[in-house]
Amino acid sequence: MTPLQIVFIITAATTLGAAVMVVSARNLVHAALWLVVSLFGVAVVFVLLNAGFLAVAQVIIYIGAIAILMIFAIMLTRRIYSESSPQVNRNWGLAAILSIALFAGLAWMLGSWSGFSTALPEMSPRADPLRELGLALVSPDFYVIPFEVASVLLLAALVGAIMVAWERK
Amino acid sequence: MISLSWYLILSAALFCIGLFGVLARKNAVAILMGVELMLNAVNVNLVAFWRYRTPEMIAGQAFAIMVFAVAAAEVAVGLALIISIYRRRNTVVADEIDMLKL
Repeated sequence: MTPLQIVFIITAATTLGAAVMVVSARNLVHAALWLVVSLFGVAVVFVLLNAGFLAVAQVIIYIGAIAILMIFAIMLTRRIYSESSPQVNRNWGLAAILSIALFAGLAWMLGSWSGFSTALPEMSPRADPLRELGLALVSPDFYVIPFEVASVLLLAALVGAIMVAWERK
Repeated sequence: MISLSWYLILSAALFCIGLFGVLARKNAVAILMGVELMLNAVNVNLVAFWRYRTPEMIAGQAFAIMVFAVAAAEVAVGLALIISIYRRRNTVVADEIDMLKL
């Protein structure tokens, strides 16, 4: 077993274990902290996939902004997480069966796909994914329109969030 | 050597755990956390397919950036809605939020 495989297995086990804790923890603050662990594991997976920029963006956006926003929301809506009542609804058994069935179906479908065990192709040494990504995001031939639409969406979400959470006196 | 299958199985498992969280949790904030896990699984898939199938094109990473932006917008609006509902109804349990029901 190569060192990279060991790193991948440890990362994957941490990510999945933390994700299970996110959906099963009774205390919501603990669930949010496990969510941070799980998101960090995904960032390490991005590093293993040679996507360094996405790993940094994952840490900054998901852990730095989204997870902290979650913790703020949990603190602003107290009372509910300290309850000793179960944190799952009546249909949790059905939800578990559905999730496991979906996983089995996905694994079966992927297993029957010919490209399932593609080996890692060599990156050409001159390739610079970060530079290519930056150029592609602002090039009219590639993704400048989706990029601009995403920025308009973020602005609309910002205004919308302020409007919705505004406390009218 | 890590083959593509490892990443696909990891992201499928992460997606299913997130789906369980969305379907089973009572608290609206916890449901949003499940959605975050599902979006992360999608991102792992996009980047893995980029690295293994088309490393010379950058589409996978560009789409992952779009998913980041959409996830940030979704969380901002979702949490604003939850806080607004908490102010009016004093609850964040998804079952009790039924103002649209007559």
